[in-house]
Amino acid sequence: MSTTPNPNVNRIGLTAADYKGSKSTLCPGCGHDAITGSIIQAAFELGLEQYRVAKLSGIGCSSKTPAYFLGRSHSFNAVHGRMPSVATGVHLANRSLVLMGVSGDGDSASIGLGQFCHLVRRNVPVVYIIENNGVYGLTKGQFSATADVGTRAKSGQVNEMMPIDLCEMAIQLGCGFVARSFSGDPKQLRPLLKAAFSHRGTSVLDVISPCVTFNNHEGSTKSYTSMKEHDAPLHEVTFIPHFENIEVDYAPGETREVTMHDGSRIVLRKLEEDYDPTDRMRAIAVIERGRVENRLATGLLYQSAGKMSLDQDLELIDEPLSSLPLERVRPPREVLEKIMAGLMTGGG
Amino acid sequence: MSATDNRFTIHVATVNGSGSQTANTTLLRALFQMGIPVSGKNLFPSNIAGLPTWFTIRANDQGYVARHKRYDLLVAMNPETSVSDIAAMEPGSVLVVGDGLPMPAVTPDRTLYKVPFTKLIEPLVADAKLRKLVVNMIYVGVVSWLLGIDPDEVDRALTGQLGRKPKALEMNRAAVHVGYKYAEDHMKRTPFQARRMDRTSGRILIDGNHAAALGALFGGVTFLSWYPITPSSSLAEQLEGLLARHRRDRATGKATYAVIQAEDEISAIGMVLGASWAGARAMTATSGPGLSLMTEFTGYAYYAEIPAVIWDIQRIGPSTGLPTRTSQADLLSVAFLSHGDTKHVMLFPATVQDCYEYGMRAFDLAERLQTPIFVMSDLDIAMNTWMSEPFRYPDEPWDRGKVLSAEDLARIGTFERYRDVDGDAIPYRTVPGTNHPLAAYFTRGSGHDEQARYTESAEAYPRVMDRLARKFETAKTLVPAPLVEAVPGAGIGLVAYGSTHHAMAETRDRLRADGLTSSYLLLRAYPFPEEVERFLRGHERVYVVEQNRDAQMASLLRMEYPELAGRIRSVLHYDGLPIDAESVLSGIRTSERAEVTTR
Repeated sequence: MSTTPNPNVNRIGLTAADYKGSKSTLCPGCGHDAITGSIIQAAFELGLEQYRVAKLSGIGCSSKTPAYFLGRSHSFNAVHGRMPSVATGVHLANRSLVLMGVSGDGDSASIGLGQFCHLVRRNVPVVYIIENNGVYGLTKGQFSATADVGTRAKSGQVNEMMPIDLCEMAIQLGCGFVARSFSGDPKQLRPLLKAAFSHRGTSVLDVISPCVTFNNHEGSTKSYTSMKEHDAPLHEVTFIPHFENIEVDYAPGETREVTMHDGSRIVLRKLEEDYDPTDRMRAIAVIERGRVENRLATGLLYQSAGKMSLDQDLELIDEPLSSLPLERVRPPREVLEKIMAGLMTGGG
Repeated sequence: MSATDNRFTIHVATVNGSGSQTANTTLLRALFQMGIPVSGKNLFPSNIAGLPTWFTIRANDQGYVARHKRYDLLVAMNPETSVSDIAAMEPGSVLVVGDGLPMPAVTPDRTLYKVPFTKLIEPLVADAKLRKLVVNMIYVGVVSWLLGIDPDEVDRALTGQLGRKPKALEMNRAAVHVGYKYAEDHMKRTPFQARRMDRTSGRILIDGNHAAALGALFGGVTFLSWYPITPSSSLAEQLEGLLARHRRDRATGKATYAVIQAEDEISAIGMVLGASWAGARAMTATSGPGLSLMTEFTGYAYYAEIPAVIWDIQRIGPSTGLPTRTSQADLLSVAFLSHGDTKHVMLFPATVQDCYEYGMRAFDLAERLQTPIFVMSDLDIAMNTWMSEPFRYPDEPWDRGKVLSAEDLARIGTFERYRDVDGDAIPYRTVPGTNHPLAAYFTRGSGHDEQARYTESAEAYPRVMDRLARKFETAKTLVPAPLVEAVPGAGIGLVAYGSTHHAMAETRDRLRADGLTSSYLLLRAYPFPEEVERFLRGHERVYVVEQNRDAQMASLLRMEYPELAGRIRSVLHYDGLPIDAESVLSGIRTSERAEVTTR
C-alpha cells in the first residue's frame, strides 16, 4: 500500500469530479458557472461528506446552480426569495447538517430582502452565497436592487437608485462572517468559501458574478472588464483547515491570522494597507469608502466568533430533532392525566 | 325543579381590560362544579383596553352549549353600552346595573336592581387601580345569590384561579362576600335557579386552542413556527408553554423541540416546509390574512409533496375583517390555496376533543400523504370555553409515512422520489442526512419527473399531476369519516361542520317538536369520504348549515356531486357571533314552508 497521499483524492477518498452535479444549463461564460467550479473545488479540498450537506436556493439563474454541484446532496429549490426560511427550518430539524444557501441579487436583495435579514439576525448556520450580477437574467435584463448608481442597462436605461449592499447590511445585522469576492478570482474565492464552512453561524459571501448576456457591456459596473478595473482586494487569503497542520511562509508582520470555531485558520497577507477584519466599524467604512472611490473592496470584510448560533440560542438537544424516537417526544401518560385533573378542578 | 331551573343565560357587559375574565370564569366554573352543563363565550373587541366586551354564560340541563340569543340575566358594568345592553333585554329578565350608569326606561315586566358597586368596593380595596379589577367580583357575589349558585363552589372556583396568590385571593373573596350579602339584603331570588345535578362529573373545561396545543404535544411535534395573529396566537403560545414544561430532555435539560416566532407568515410556513422536509414534525397556526401570505408555499408543498400541518383559526374576512369574531369563510380559498391545479386536505374540528385528536392526527396524515393538512378551526371553538370528556392518551404509535432509511435503500437498491410504487399514489421519500448514495434528490417547485429531475416534458407533467389527483382519492380513505346519524324516514338531512355542530342537537330537538324528523351528518374532512355521497342520496332535501355568506361547503359539495346539487340547500349565518339554534331553525322553517307552498 502506498503511503504517498494522492493529490487527486481528498481525505475521504473522493476526487473533485465526485463533487460535480449535472451539466449547467446557464449561458456559456456565466460567472455563476465559475462559482460552481470554486464550490466543487472547495468542497473537494475540505473533504465534505455530501450526505451531510443540504443545498438550498430560491429562484433565478443563481438558484439553479445547486443542481450543478454536490450531486449526492439533498437539495431544496424553494420559491422566490424565501430560501432563508426554508434553511431555518432545515437547520432546526437537523442541526448536524451543513447548509449551503445559494441565492442571487434579485432573490436576496429584492423579493427576499426581509428573509435574508432575519436569517442573518437569527444567525442560522448557513454558508450563504449571493451570486450577484446586478440584473435579472431569467426575465431578460431588468435592473436588480444591487445595480450601482449610474449603471446603464443593455436597453440604455440608467439606474439612479441607491444599490443595496448586502455585505454592509449583514454586518449591521450582526453577521459574524462577511466576505466579498469575484467569480473570476478563484484564488480568493476558494479559501473564503472554505473558511465560511468553518464559521458557526451565518456566513455571507457576496460574489460578483458577471451576467454575460445582459450585464457585461460598457456602462455596467458588474461586467468582467469593470470588475478587473475596480476590484480592490483587501488582502491575500489563505485558508488552513483544522485537519491540516501547515505553516505559511510569510515574513513576520506581513500577515494577520483569524482562528475559526473548529480550529481552522485564515491567514490574510497584507496588501496596500493593514486591514483588520475583526473591526466592525472599519468594515463598514471600507465598504462606504469604496462607493465613493469607485473601488470594490473584496476579501474577508468582517469576522467575529462571538455570537451564539440559532441552535445554541434555542438550547437544542445535540441529536437532530428529526430523528428523535416517539418516546422522547411524547410525554408520558401521567403528564396528560395531571393536566386533565387540573382542567376538571379549575387548577389547570 | 321548575322548567327554568338550570336553563338560563347570563350576559355580562364590561370594559375590555378591566379584569372581568377571572370573575366570569369563577361563575362559569361554579356552575360546572354543581354538575350543570355550561358554556362560556367571550365577545371581545380588537383592542387592548377600553372598548366594550361581553361574556355570556349559558347553563343548560339538556346539554345545549351553542350560543343562546335570549339573555335571562344581565350584568351591566359598562357606561358605553348600558343603554343598548338594557334595551335588548326581554320581559321576564333580571337586570343588575351599576349605579349611575346611563339607562333607558325599564318596564315593570323586567326586574331591575341597581348596585352601588363603587360604594361597596371602596372600603375593601385601598388602591384605586386595583379597585377597578376587583370590583367585578362583587357582581359574582350578586349573581351567585340571585341564581342560587352554591357559595362553596364559587369559593372553590375562585381558589382554583387565584390559589397561588393568597393576597389577591383574600381581596377577591371579600368582594364576592360583599356582593352576596348585598343581594341577600336587597334582592329576590330569580325564577331561574341553579340546582345541583350530575352532568359534568369527570369532565373538563377547556378552549379549543389549548386542546389543539395538547394534541400537538402528545402527537410529538418537534417544530413550530408562527407569526402572531388573532385568534391563533393562543394556540402557538400555549403550545410553546407546554413544550417548555414537558419537552426538556431528562439527561441534558436541552430542548427536544424548536419554536420560532417568524417575521411573517410566509417565513413561518417556509420554516415548516424546511423542517418537515428534513424530517421534523412541523406545524404552524394562523388565521385568514396569514393564510393569504402562505399561499405560494402551500402550492409548493402540494406539488413538491412536503408534509405540513397548518391550523387555520378562522375569523371574519375579507381582508382584516373582524379579527375577534368567528367565521367559517376560509373553506374555498383553503381548498384550492395557491395557483395552478392545487387541492388541499382539510379537517374540521367540531369540538375541543376534535382539536386535541386532530392536533395529533394531522401530523400522521401530513406525513402519510406528504402534503399540507389544514385544520379548519374557528374563533368560537378556539377561544371559548367548552366542556369535554377528558382527553385520551394515545396508545397507538405515530405514523411517519413512507420514509426510506439508508438500510432500506441498501436493501431495495433503487429510489425514485416521485414514483408510485404501492399503487396508492403516495411515493417514498428520504430525508437529508441519510447516508446512502441513492438517498439524495432535488426538491423543486418547477416541473419534475418521477426521478425529481427538472423537466418540461408534455408527458411527465400530466403524469405527475394525475398521480397527485389519485393521491387525493387516497386521502378520502384516510381522513376522518363523517359522523352520521341516519333516522329512518327522516324528512330532511342536515349537514354541519366545525363549531356549527353545537347548534344542531338543539335545532333537531326543536324540529322534532315541530313534527319534522331529520338525519344529521357532521362533516369532518375534505376531500369527502364516501359516506357523504350516501347521505346526500338518502335525503331529498339536505340543509348545509354554515357560518359564511357564500355557502362555501355547499359549493364544495355541489362540485363534488353535481348530480346531487339540486338537493342541497343552505342555512347561512355570518354576523360574526357564534351560530345559535334559533337562527338555524328559522332558516330551515322558512325554506320548508316554501317547499310546501310550491308543491
